[in-house]
Amino acid sequence: MPEQLLFAMEVTLNGLMAGVLYALVALGFVLIFKASGIFNYAQGVMALFAALTLVGIMEGQVPFSHLINAIFGTEIHHFGWHVPALLAIILTIGVMVVFAWAVQRFIFRHLVNQEPIILFMATIGLAFFLEGVGDLMWGADIKKLDVGLPQGINDWIDITTFEAFGYGFFIDNLDISATIVAIILVAALITFSQYTKQGRALRAVADDHQAALSVGISLNYIWILVWSIAGFVALVAGIMWGAKSGVQFSLSLIALKALPVLMLGGFTSIPGAIVGGLIIGVGEKLFEFLIGPMVGGATENWFAYVLALVFLVFRPQGLFGEKIIERV
Amino acid sequence: MFYREAGDFSTTYQQDSQTFPIKFDRYRYYIVLAVAFLVIPFVINDYWANAVFVPFLIYAIAAIGLNILTGYCGQVSLGTGAFMAVGAYAVYKLMTAFPEVSMLIHVPIAGLITAGVVTLFGLPSLRIKGFYLAVATLAAQFFLVWLFNKVPWFYNYSASGQISAPERSVFGIIVTGPNTEAWAKYMICLIFVTLAAVIARNLTRGSVGRKWMAIRDMDIAAEIIGVNPMMSKLTAFAVSGFFVGIAGALFFSVYLGAAEVGESFGIDKSFLVLFMVIIGGLGSIFGSFAGAAFLVLLPVFLKNVLVGMLGWPTDLAAHLQLVIVGGLIIMFLIVEPHGLAQLWRLAKEKLRLWPFPH
Repeated sequence: MPEQLLFAMEVTLNGLMAGVLYALVALGFVLIFKASGIFNYAQGVMALFAALTLVGIMEGQVPFSHLINAIFGTEIHHFGWHVPALLAIILTIGVMVVFAWAVQRFIFRHLVNQEPIILFMATIGLAFFLEGVGDLMWGADIKKLDVGLPQGINDWIDITTFEAFGYGFFIDNLDISATIVAIILVAALITFSQYTKQGRALRAVADDHQAALSVGISLNYIWILVWSIAGFVALVAGIMWGAKSGVQFSLSLIALKALPVLMLGGFTSIPGAIVGGLIIGVGEKLFEFLIGPMVGGATENWFAYVLALVFLVFRPQGLFGEKIIERV
Repeated sequence: MFYREAGDFSTTYQQDSQTFPIKFDRYRYYIVLAVAFLVIPFVINDYWANAVFVPFLIYAIAAIGLNILTGYCGQVSLGTGAFMAVGAYAVYKLMTAFPEVSMLIHVPIAGLITAGVVTLFGLPSLRIKGFYLAVATLAAQFFLVWLFNKVPWFYNYSASGQISAPERSVFGIIVTGPNTEAWAKYMICLIFVTLAAVIARNLTRGSVGRKWMAIRDMDIAAEIIGVNPMMSKLTAFAVSGFFVGIAGALFFSVYLGAAEVGESFGIDKSFLVLFMVIIGGLGSIFGSFAGAAFLVLLPVFLKNVLVGMLGWPTDLAAHLQLVIVGGLIIMFLIVEPHGLAQLWRLAKEKLRLWPFPH
């Protein structure tokens, strides 16, 4: 097989893995958008915040130690204990639930019936707020996150492909585990929404707020539930990205990567988020590989957006989105 | 008591429809303008010009531009940073290509070029709406920044990839480059700000502005009553682009002097200008000024208080600033969606009746 084709195959495979991670972030968006019509720009920062909290708890950091030190002139930093990963994850989920409650209680309860674009801008404000709080709480330095996932090149794939094609594919173990986790997560979400009482209530709210309200579903409860689930998805995404490239500010920018995924897949569709993620992941890696050298490289920054933009001009609701019907 | 129209009688239509129909209001604005033009240039020093006045004036132009698009026409744009970059690079190419031409000509031409580019990116707005469009403008943001980084023609093949403003003058007074006096920087920005505010105010009062607002309030209904949505949306994009381009041109040439596109015109700039518009007040020219003043002064204030007086580390102050700005955005959207401009309007209403309750 020619060298170029093998390269392209490897690039495609890596693109698929990256796409899974994009889809993971996009999933959080879709959940909140479906249930409450809020386009949550803060999803990426939520992933950052969750990852920061996880690292902070694992390392036994004192929250707001920087601020406390600055105000009182003290020198406190750590409690001096280390929390095992699983316990830390459970505690972080607890923090995200509290966050979900606070967001609902203090922000979106007061913004009911506002235009979607106002809600969107509120989430931009929330993103800034949360980023500042996360930095104040746990410090802004780059942190290493290790929850025991395997890292590095997968030898088995390397050897097998070398024997088959005479060229070993480089696939990161972390990407493989991220894919497996993402598949489990999606399966769990589907099971949850199909087979549990809360899940059915959630789908009812997503379909029609007022009808759901009139059959006795508490909107408030459902919204807190949805934000909690989105927080959980953000935590998973944060763990995956954090393990890959360290927990730092740039993690919040993955939200920007997830936006074109959503536009392509449609804001209201979970399969759309996944398919969109895979298309963007493969598309931008292949584009960078094939066209990138001709135009000076670093096309990954904008390719996804331009692809989504061009696509939207022909199909404004995205691949799987609901058709937008407007009436006066 | 302090602020009333008693005794103001309009006898002609012209008087009735002027921008500031209340005499007191009108004279107050004249006084503000007189102070801005005749007093401040003589007392201003480098610190005040660079830290407060020049950024405030430039951001006010950018905020007016975005306010026309978002506040008046309802098209949210997250690409303001990149559109400012278009203005900056346009003025840079003009300044280096035609060194003997006055900046008073270069800057508006840079604005026109930006208007063209922004209109091009506004074309999808005919098909896509709301936050789909907001996200689509991010395409402009990332693509333009990448373009200015990768095509050497834009930065004249300089080794650093930066652009730096050469010395240019207006009527023999140097306004760009390192030898510029504080008052000259201030004056050229002030001239453009005044013109921009007058033009924007009158455009939004006229038939063009009413068409924009009709599109904003409900585009389909507007179309039915005879507003051409394509023309309205594209003129909004063009006019907005013109102002944003001027702001970008001044930001680079007068304020920064040297710029690197990713650093100076990144997505943070887009959000900053959007926040100015939200905090100041969507759909208000005065709000653009108020928002720009607020967000320019807030970091200066926080830095002076937290770092200067309390001795906190700088990064802590920066994080606290994020919290405050984010919190304020949310608070304004909840409590007063029309921003500072609405608070000002309410204060005026109260003053008109004071001391009587009704």
